[in-house]
Amino acid sequence: MFYREAGQFKTSYKKDQAILPIFQDKIAMVGMLLFCFVVIPMFATDYWLTSILVPFLALSLAALGLNVLTGYAGQISLGTAAFMAVGAFAAFNLQVRVPEIPFLVAFLWGGLCAAGVGILFGLPSLRIKGFYLAVATLAAQFFIEWLFTHFDWFTNYSTSGVITAPPMTLLGMAIDNPLSKYFLVLSIVVICAFLIRNLIRSEIGRSWMAVRDMDIAAEAIGINLMKTKLLAFGVSSFLCGLSGALWAYVVLGTVEPQAFDIARSFEILFMVVIGGLGSVSGAFLGAGFMILLPILLNNLGALITGGTISTETIAHIEYMVFGALIIFFLIVEPNGLARLWQTGKEKLRLWPFPY
Amino acid sequence: MDWWFFLEVFVGGLLSGVMYSLVALGFVLIFKASGVFNFAQGAMVLFAALTFVRLLEMGIPMLAAVGITMVIMVILAIAIERIVLRPLVNQDLIILFMATIGLNYFIEGMAQLVWDSKVHVLDLGIDEYDAFEIGEAFINKFDVYAALIAGGLVLVLSLFFRYTVIGRALRAVADDHQAALSVGIPLRTIWIYVWSTAGLVALVAGAVWGSKLGVQFAISSVALKAIPVLIIGGFTSIPGAILGGLIVGCGEKLAEVYLGGFVGGAIENWFPYMLALLVLMIRPEGIFGEKIIERV
Amino acid sequence: MSNQNLVSESEVIMNLKDINLSFGGLKALSGVNLQIKKGEILAIIGPNGAGKSSMLNIISGIYVPQEGVVEWKGKIRRKIAPHNIARMGIARTFQNIALFKGMSALENILTGRNILMKRNLIMEMIYMGLGRRQEEEHRKKVEEIIDFLEIQSIRKTPVSRLPYGLQKRVELGRALALEPELLLLDEPMAGMNVEEKEDMCRFILDVNEQFGTTIVLIEHDMGVVMDISDRVVVLDYGIKIADGTPDEVRSEQKVIDAYLGAG
Repeated sequence: MFYREAGQFKTSYKKDQAILPIFQDKIAMVGMLLFCFVVIPMFATDYWLTSILVPFLALSLAALGLNVLTGYAGQISLGTAAFMAVGAFAAFNLQVRVPEIPFLVAFLWGGLCAAGVGILFGLPSLRIKGFYLAVATLAAQFFIEWLFTHFDWFTNYSTSGVITAPPMTLLGMAIDNPLSKYFLVLSIVVICAFLIRNLIRSEIGRSWMAVRDMDIAAEAIGINLMKTKLLAFGVSSFLCGLSGALWAYVVLGTVEPQAFDIARSFEILFMVVIGGLGSVSGAFLGAGFMILLPILLNNLGALITGGTISTETIAHIEYMVFGALIIFFLIVEPNGLARLWQTGKEKLRLWPFPY
Repeated sequence: MDWWFFLEVFVGGLLSGVMYSLVALGFVLIFKASGVFNFAQGAMVLFAALTFVRLLEMGIPMLAAVGITMVIMVILAIAIERIVLRPLVNQDLIILFMATIGLNYFIEGMAQLVWDSKVHVLDLGIDEYDAFEIGEAFINKFDVYAALIAGGLVLVLSLFFRYTVIGRALRAVADDHQAALSVGIPLRTIWIYVWSTAGLVALVAGAVWGSKLGVQFAISSVALKAIPVLIIGGFTSIPGAILGGLIVGCGEKLAEVYLGGFVGGAIENWFPYMLALLVLMIRPEGIFGEKIIERV
Repeated sequence: MSNQNLVSESEVIMNLKDINLSFGGLKALSGVNLQIKKGEILAIIGPNGAGKSSMLNIISGIYVPQEGVVEWKGKIRRKIAPHNIARMGIARTFQNIALFKGMSALENILTGRNILMKRNLIMEMIYMGLGRRQEEEHRKKVEEIIDFLEIQSIRKTPVSRLPYGLQKRVELGRALALEPELLLLDEPMAGMNVEEKEDMCRFILDVNEQFGTTIVLIEHDMGVVMDISDRVVVLDYGIKIADGTPDEVRSEQKVIDAYLGAG
């Protein structure tokens, strides 16, 4: 209903292949970017920026990473948080030992280290699939968590065990208030989303999807399974590592392994399943959902019971709701919120006609 | 080399391994009958244990408590079959796996919502600290009794599978759904049986673990340990679950005691997984598992 | 009679000498000799269990014979990694359709172009410039194939929603996208009605004529086999019992016996 797409025929393959072939989609994208970069900063409160938007953006990056690996390349992973941890700790360690390095370089380094570790733990994917692979990633999760908790070298022998993240300065400006942090994370996320969107629609993306859908047929048309799978692990873990560095530096302000435990891995998995496996927008929809839902439940609970409901009970209900939602989405719409959104758009397009 | 100490650690490992097998058994049952890896088994253990312990606390005699808990587990099985399994029956196994992850969270939340999340002491009448003395090694009595219970259950289940009508039907379903349907085996009823049996196993596992650790949320993470057990033993094999459990139990205790010192301890968290990973690379189907063949 | 040691004027693109293949204790192929000539359409036929699929898998390199030699374009071919088969110029379709269910028809065929594309992570991420040009080049080629197979109207449809006959066509398109020298078709007519078979026959003949692609197919429909093949090879219990033109083969007693189960 918002706009009609009829009458826009592509006169060249170039136009058809463009990332936003439909003119109105282009406008929508520009509009959304304007909204994020201009409108939100003008109106958002510090609370919204710090507690909702920035964490949302940071985790969507991890959800994007996991979506690349599980949604597009079909390699299931339960160790997302471990790769995030690698990113955070690698960035921290680089800065601590080479203080002149700008923090953005440290972030990139964190991503690269995470990519390396990801490829290492992705090696089993060459021999095993499905939930056997999930098990291998669980091994990564537990091992890496243990590694960072037990070897003081990683925390630079800090006595308190809780390391504060180094301060971030860009071009002389300190990035320490909610607004500057917001812009930092937003920019990084937008760039990554753009790059990944391009990657998905080109040869590499198709190779991933081929491996996901039927790897035997993919081999028959010449796709090198090993290189393709390991590339997926690499790219995905890079994003997770970057997300982890952002999470530690920007959201928590500390670098600690507890922030990257198995609950975190499951949280990201839920984001990807609910948001929609195999879609870039799904990562964002899922992340937004998982971040907003607890807040919604909290407020709802307080409203209904007049503030007498305990946080524990809310936590239990959250568990139940998340679990139920996962099952619901898998039954009703395995392609998650992203597909629901698309279907909704289609229905609106045809409204008021049923078909 | 203190051999008595080694024996103590070794046997202790074996015994705790049997307890892992107990949890792993629930997984094997469901996987054998439906090909689904039930990630929610841990939550089922927690739920069964909590229900049982709370009933006891309310003053209900033990046998009645067992009975009531079993009934509740069967109701749970029926609910799971209707709400989760039936709608997803034609989907990829990966989807079913993820659904069980969701189920895990749901049951965990429900268990604690209904019964609360405090630690409950479960007294089965066995003294935890009493030990047999063999030479200079102390073998914990509780562990031995737990192992006997687990062993007994495994034996009963093995006989059940082999010699009863329902047991044979379960094996038929595990082999080939379509074929089983075509000879008139009611798939859905079978699944209810299987999930109920898994529920029974969960209850026994929960009771045993609960009286050792206290019934609390942490129990559901015992299930995470069961995964390496299954990988090593093979997902479809009951003897595999036992062997896998023994290997994991022993392996992690021995590793912790003899290697842990060098690297700061707490190896047991990841050691079984690394072991499983090794097995996956060498023999993906596990020691007793069936080879997975893919046809184009 | 049969032409087992025929040396013909046209070039032999693949030479299979004395192929023996076993699975455990089961002998699938015994002493099979086969020459595939460039540009021909060769049909492999035989009763069920004769070893036709095994033969196709040997040709495509998925199976390695226990005994025997496979020569591709004059050179001996030993064990080869599955993903290198396509790069050698051999493409195939599958009996049970092996399309990528999560993609549209166009994307499936475009994925077939992968071996002809250069993989460059940075280039593909940025997309502008080189990345985009590569996409457009190959998109043009794929559209040619789509035109050729007359599937323009369904190109953006997810393949899981396509009827069986069209799915088979898309799979053919994907194999063609590799620009193969040798095209292996595993029961391309299976499950099709008369019209669909006629269309498929037309396409196969066109591929052979227009692109000069050598085609080897396994097929049960004798009418199709007799109509479109240049040469027919008959297998029975893993042994080659006939090798010649369709007319020569159809009148051979051994072939008739094999199908009717005499003796």
